[in-house]
Amino acid sequence: MTTLHQGAATRPRLDRSLTIWGWLVFAFLYLPILIVVVFSFSGSESVGRWGGFSLRWYEQMFANEQLMNALENSIVVALISTAVATVLGTAAALSLDRYRRWIGRGAFDGLLYLPVIIPDVTMAVMLLLWFTSTDVVELGRGSITLAHIAFNISFVAIVVRARLAHMDPLMEDAAADLYANRWQAFRRVTLPLIMPGVLGGALLALTLSLDDVVITSFVQGPGSTTLPVYVFGLIRRTVTPVINAVSTLMIAVSMVLVLASLTFQNRTGRRTESKERNQ
Amino acid sequence: MTLLDERKTAEEEAVSPKLERRARRRESWRGFFHAAPAYVYLTFFFVLPLLIIFVFSFASRSNTGKPLLENWNLDSWTRLVDPLVRTIAVRSLTMAIANTVLCLIIAYPFAYWIATRAKQRTRTLLLIAVLIPFWSNFLVRTYAWRMLLDSDGYITQFGELTGLWGRMLFTQPAVFIGLVYGYLPFMVLPLYAALERMDWGLVEAGRDLYASGSKAFRKITLPLSKPGIIAGSILVFIPSLGAYVTPDILGGAKTNLLGNLIVTQFQAARNWPFGSALSGAILIVMLVATMIYFRTGGRTI
Repeated sequence: MTTLHQGAATRPRLDRSLTIWGWLVFAFLYLPILIVVVFSFSGSESVGRWGGFSLRWYEQMFANEQLMNALENSIVVALISTAVATVLGTAAALSLDRYRRWIGRGAFDGLLYLPVIIPDVTMAVMLLLWFTSTDVVELGRGSITLAHIAFNISFVAIVVRARLAHMDPLMEDAAADLYANRWQAFRRVTLPLIMPGVLGGALLALTLSLDDVVITSFVQGPGSTTLPVYVFGLIRRTVTPVINAVSTLMIAVSMVLVLASLTFQNRTGRRTESKERNQ
Repeated sequence: MTLLDERKTAEEEAVSPKLERRARRRESWRGFFHAAPAYVYLTFFFVLPLLIIFVFSFASRSNTGKPLLENWNLDSWTRLVDPLVRTIAVRSLTMAIANTVLCLIIAYPFAYWIATRAKQRTRTLLLIAVLIPFWSNFLVRTYAWRMLLDSDGYITQFGELTGLWGRMLFTQPAVFIGLVYGYLPFMVLPLYAALERMDWGLVEAGRDLYASGSKAFRKITLPLSKPGIIAGSILVFIPSLGAYVTPDILGGAKTNLLGNLIVTQFQAARNWPFGSALSGAILIVMLVATMIYFRTGGRTI
């Protein structure tokens, strides 16, 4: 394994410049985040000046009722939209990977990628127009959840599909030979094998839902603001170190989600090299 | 359809074409039923909303700002060639292209470095370190730059100390830095994925056949990482073309981009038809750019 990539970097000088570049990019990626985290613990009123260690901004954050209400909205929306999108997205991935020919398959394949690449603003505009002109649902938590499901289905489907592509379909046949019916084969063989993908997709959906600003700010109603949208408003209106505290909280949550996702991905065995159907 | 199934159906075909056809039809229905919930959902909450943009772009606007679905006209679309709109569109396009190119320049050696680290363990750790900013909240990461670029921020202080630059917040360079910072992880990951699963034995073979290091890179590594370059460029270019949060936080009122222009139409300006036409135009540019890139993109890089 150690000699795997030897062909790539055999020249020490190139190797050294690459290493320097690598650490510079890491510094670029991390220093700004780090500064936000550090200053969230500063007692100074000024956002960027150190005023001794203090937790006052965290106290203010938890005492802020609007902020806590926004946090609650965020969590509710994220959990519901993730649950629905994970089920629909996984089924969609199965339909594309397991069944080669059915009516409308080609169109569905293309449609599934659109919500991923469409700019946020465009999706926000179209959903606002849709919700206000159809009157099916009032703008509020409901419309936010519906919007989040719409973009999350695609992300879940893509992650699960990548996992399915690495799975040997003969496994299901083996189950069928041993008299498992379709549901049993799915429940006992397919699902456990693609579980890391399903969980990975679900965590990605959760993250995206917790992060979304633009789409939510368009389809929200009174009192249904989510945390990022509330923070976005704060950033635009005022300069307060409370934003640093909220930001740190959000970064901590994302870190937990990444680590959880990676743990899931690695737990059920490394990916089998048997099938490289994607790309 | 799996191997065994195929063999089975082949036998059945010999026996009875009708039975085979029925089996195939049932298989087709199964595929459709699996997709159906997502299909229906996306039709209702994606496809139809997508089409409604175009309906509204031909609508007219009442005095109160409410869009009226009557007096259909082309006003919103003709306003797209208005010099002011054109300036903003050109600025957005330039920013998006420059951002994509710069992200590619920064990310390629970086992804290459991670992918070629010999030890699996090191590589995994480095990958985790890349994933954290990728998963971190975009808004928070943009806000960090607002702190750094403001008058008492570290970057401003450093610039003033060396006399190189002053306060950059609410200028175009600030927006540009924010965009590069925001979208860089989206470039790194696909590039890493492409480089990581590359067969490095091919590079070795090339070297054995007396290709120079740079030639081996140009003829082998670069073409093989093409899928990563394409995916990364799309993931950076399209969202930065419609960027709204970054220019809003770092650009202030001075640096208007298309994303802000659209949002203004739905908020302060209350001109929904024009906002719809703008969104529709971005959508068309996006689709065309994606298609061109997929068809021809690889060869020109």
